[in-house]
Amino acid sequence: MELKFILESLLFSAQKPMSVKELRDVFATAATAEDAEEMATSLKKVKDEDVTAALEMLAGEHSTAARSYRLVCVAGSWQFVTQPEFAPWLKALVGVKARPSRLSQPALETLAIIAYRQPVTRAEVEQIRGVNIDGTMQTLLERGLVESTGRAEVVGRPQLYSTTTLFLEYFGLRGLEDLPAADELRRIVVEKPPAPVTVDPGLATAPPEQLKLENPEAKSENTETPQT
Amino acid sequence: MFLSQTKSNRFLTVHRNVTRPSPADIAAVLTLPITHPRFKVLRFMAEYKVQFEVFEGPLDLLLYLIKKEEVDIYEVNLTKLATQFIAHIDLMREFDLEIAGEFLVMASTLMYIKSRELLPVDQQVVVESEEDGEDPRWELIRQLVEYKKFKDAAAKLQVREATQENIFPRLPGKMEFASDAPAAKPDVSIFDLLNAVNVVLQRFAKVESSSREIYEDKWTVSEKIEYVMTVLNSRPSVRFAELFENASSRTEVICTFLALLELIRLKQLACTQPEAFEEIEIRKAAPAVVAAGVPPAVESGILPPGDHAEPPRGMEISANHPPGETPASTADETSAATDTRQS
Repeated sequence: MELKFILESLLFSAQKPMSVKELRDVFATAATAEDAEEMATSLKKVKDEDVTAALEMLAGEHSTAARSYRLVCVAGSWQFVTQPEFAPWLKALVGVKARPSRLSQPALETLAIIAYRQPVTRAEVEQIRGVNIDGTMQTLLERGLVESTGRAEVVGRPQLYSTTTLFLEYFGLRGLEDLPAADELRRIVVEKPPAPVTVDPGLATAPPEQLKLENPEAKSENTETPQT
Repeated sequence: MFLSQTKSNRFLTVHRNVTRPSPADIAAVLTLPITHPRFKVLRFMAEYKVQFEVFEGPLDLLLYLIKKEEVDIYEVNLTKLATQFIAHIDLMREFDLEIAGEFLVMASTLMYIKSRELLPVDQQVVVESEEDGEDPRWELIRQLVEYKKFKDAAAKLQVREATQENIFPRLPGKMEFASDAPAAKPDVSIFDLLNAVNVVLQRFAKVESSSREIYEDKWTVSEKIEYVMTVLNSRPSVRFAELFENASSRTEVICTFLALLELIRLKQLACTQPEAFEEIEIRKAAPAVVAAGVPPAVESGILPPGDHAEPPRGMEISANHPPGETPASTADETSAATDTRQS
């Protein structure tokens, strides 16, 4: 019996998503049973890494098999979910999922900034978005997607905001590192060109050394040399 | 820039002085014939209002303008952008939209950038803050790039949000092992059963004491085993008294009761009492046991002859079945399960 198949059976029958810790608790309990088999006893003190590795392998196998369901890790807990393309039939079977209304564009933008830059103050978010965010912050706080996680040690000690576990669950993310392009957006470093960009050729300044936004090389150059 | 300057200018000028049309004013306008020039302007306003509301702020508007120009953010002509931006702000004012302060800050920044551009490099004033590399143009572009990236990230989140709505988790139904037999009072002892059968027998006590009739024994225990199993195959559980409802004589009751005891001994049945003093319920032993290894013949109630002691007809309870011999009357689930597995 392999560890991954034991895990598979556990997740198959679990009533809720299981974290690695909860799975390890199951192993510990199983090993203390009176008629515990050798296998169960040997897994009593299974390591976190082993469980995670087995789960990863299992998830990989499921995705290779291209079944109608897959194993995912959301907010650190593993569970089986269906593939999105089968939603029409599942909706007919179990009804439409009870989910709050979709987030508005401003709310999504604000949330994205908080997600990548957390912990972050309201002023920092406003600086990036260029607009006041009182209203959208209120919505996000009410919906429990962000929370206050302390105060910044700067003048006025403004509140710092971070995303919650619910945020990860809402977007089906494993963790913050699972955010798309996390490294790039956590700190966008834009290199200042040696000569300032000319805004209107022929007017004043020297011809520009211009950067392409979509050019990957230019992008990597930018990130390599941080602007200080 | 968007309005036909010749016709509508007069109206817009008036409008600007009025600052905000009263509802009565609008009503008056709306009663005008559709061909009236003022009506056209109003319609125009309505269309633009919708369009402006999608801009989340000055940066959003700038990105929109850049996109319209189909140029890279780094290559954008800021002076041209400044002109367009201010034209939009003008338009917003004409249409009586509330202009957020952020738009005005951005407009002034753009105007500042534009004004600097008009001067040759050597004549440009070096502002103190710019000595440490704060070029307003560069600052603006940096801000735009940053905002654009987060806007893209927000779009990705939006896609995830929509996808997530279509993902359904596996939620197995709650398995109710616990509430099955063990939760109900499991220990119905042989004495409980004897008491119960005595109650049933009292029904016949009076009838039979008055008249003495001799009749042949029509019932056998094996027939009754079959009967009990048939009843329990058709439904999950049966009340104790129900089994004896159709019994016509004392002997039949005893036969049925012996069949019951026999089945309990063979771990085919489990007796439970949901609550103290309630009627005893009889059900099949835990499905796990049946599935684990009971031969199908036994399960369906047809007992192979010879395997089981078939008591003689009309046998008394005390004769062959002292209480000690029917230990399984309590039908302990777990021990039953292990026993079957071992055998």
